[in-house]
Amino acid sequence: MFKKMSKGDIIFTVINTFVMTFMIVVCLYPILYVLFASFSDSNLLISYRGILLRPLGFNLGAYKKVIENQNIIIGYRNTLFYVALHTALALVLTIIGAFVLSRRKFMIKNIMMAMIAFTMIFGGGLIPTFIMMKSIGMYDNIFAIIIPGSISAYNLIVMRTSFAAIPVSLEESVKIDGGNDLHVLWNIVIPLSKAIIAVMILFYGVGMWNSWFNASIYLRNRNLYPLQLFLREILIGNSTDSMMTDSGSSSASDREAIAESIKYATIIVSTVPVLIIYPFLQKYFVSGIMIGAIKG
Amino acid sequence: MQTQLPVHESFFKRLGKDIVVNKYLYLLALPVMAYFIIFHYLPMYGIIIAFKDYAPRVGILGSPWADNCGLANFIKFCTGPYFWRVLKNTLLISFYDILFGFPAPVIFAILMNEIQTKYFKKVVQTITYMPHFISIMVVCSLVISFTGRDGLINDIIEFFGGTRNNLLSAPEYFRTIFVTSGVWQSIGWNSIIYLAALSAIDKEQYESATIDGAGKLRQIISITLPGLAPTIIIMLILRMGTVLSIGYEKIILLYNPNTYSTSDVISSFIYRNSFTGQQQFSYSAAVGLLNSIVNTLFIIATNAVSRRVSETSLW
Repeated sequence: MFKKMSKGDIIFTVINTFVMTFMIVVCLYPILYVLFASFSDSNLLISYRGILLRPLGFNLGAYKKVIENQNIIIGYRNTLFYVALHTALALVLTIIGAFVLSRRKFMIKNIMMAMIAFTMIFGGGLIPTFIMMKSIGMYDNIFAIIIPGSISAYNLIVMRTSFAAIPVSLEESVKIDGGNDLHVLWNIVIPLSKAIIAVMILFYGVGMWNSWFNASIYLRNRNLYPLQLFLREILIGNSTDSMMTDSGSSSASDREAIAESIKYATIIVSTVPVLIIYPFLQKYFVSGIMIGAIKG
Repeated sequence: MQTQLPVHESFFKRLGKDIVVNKYLYLLALPVMAYFIIFHYLPMYGIIIAFKDYAPRVGILGSPWADNCGLANFIKFCTGPYFWRVLKNTLLISFYDILFGFPAPVIFAILMNEIQTKYFKKVVQTITYMPHFISIMVVCSLVISFTGRDGLINDIIEFFGGTRNNLLSAPEYFRTIFVTSGVWQSIGWNSIIYLAALSAIDKEQYESATIDGAGKLRQIISITLPGLAPTIIIMLILRMGTVLSIGYEKIILLYNPNTYSTSDVISSFIYRNSFTGQQQFSYSAAVGLLNSIVNTLFIIATNAVSRRVSETSLW
């Protein structure tokens, strides 16, 4: 079976290994750079040019400033709250939606499916959505962050396909024992769908963790801001002033140097939770991806 | 149970019976339907502001209809100075994104599939999925930091004898930066669907090809690519449907007035006209509606073409 590899195949394998290594470096290095920079001594970092292969010196000052910052604390607290509520709501709605659509003897199934699928190709658009949300009291309201996006039509279809693959005989055995559809959902469908549910928790959770746009148009009260909006001020708006209240005596160049380190530390603090979680669910990713079409 | 119903029963009679039989299913369907009605269909009702001169104080119904049979906002956009600019930018960014961003994960998945060491393959997967999980905010801040005058990319440019330049304030580099960072963020993640399709290809085909003396490249062309074709077509239909919808999130974080000539797309134009100072809601809604209609037509057309040409389609 193990035939000697031809010359062409050896060349192919060598080049392929090289390409894959390149991909690893390209995907990993920006984050490593941020990690190294965040631990570096601010003054050494700002005068350094070129590729960073290890932290320059070792300084936790930037992290100290970040975790003591009120905005980061508020943002973290709000984001955790939004992620927990949104994920729970999204999971419940997506599961029950997928469940009813996966039942064979449900008269309005096709009408419902058409109504949901239509939202995949046409929508109200940014402005009408904003106006209508405002008119039902969603402005400056945390529900404008938690509820929208609770059912992704795509996730719903993926889940429905997965539920539909569960053998009918299991459902029938519950019905014979006098159970109803709720028993089928709770005792059969959910226990058999742990992998897809895990993936959905990840998708919805990460989606909410990283989302910022709705918050930026609906929220005015800064105490409700999610972490990403404070990140916008710090990373994009270049505003690290709130973290440097105690450095009034330091020079302008020192402040600039510290600001740079603070940015990198902020990125690490806000990104690490997600990067720690996803590899554990990696083997389930395929089950969360739509392979078949939305036919049927 | 109710599959053998007599034909003469009316729809509502059958529905009534179905509700009795499937009462729990209807109960469960209720919140789901409510969600879609409130958060998807209610905004569609809001589209009528595109045909009005919306004034927040009097509300949608109280606002007067726009001039020219309600089409004034559409006419204003189509004859306005920004029409061609935002249309061109949207199409060009989309075109480059499809040109580079679409084949990249396909090629990547095919190459990844050829890795013989299981452990190495897993490491490649884990690391290339990572950018997908990083927030747009952080990705944009990395882009800003790396393309800045003192950034890593300029360090490399200077090393090869070039001159330092703040790349994000130069209109000619915006598309490259936008598309490259997009490919970086999505190549690993988008390869998952192709890897899944690859794992479904019969291994015996490869074995018999090897016995016939076919090399790796030959096998990729004759076995792997045909096996992937249906998935590639479906993904292309989905991608074509979004050809006019470059998202505003990344654009509004990366662009600035210096680069509007290449970076301002339809969605960022809508955003800017509604949320930054000026509140031209009706005008923006009209622009958005034109955009959605073209998008919807695009996806229907691509689907129709694909069904005819390759017998693969979404519906």
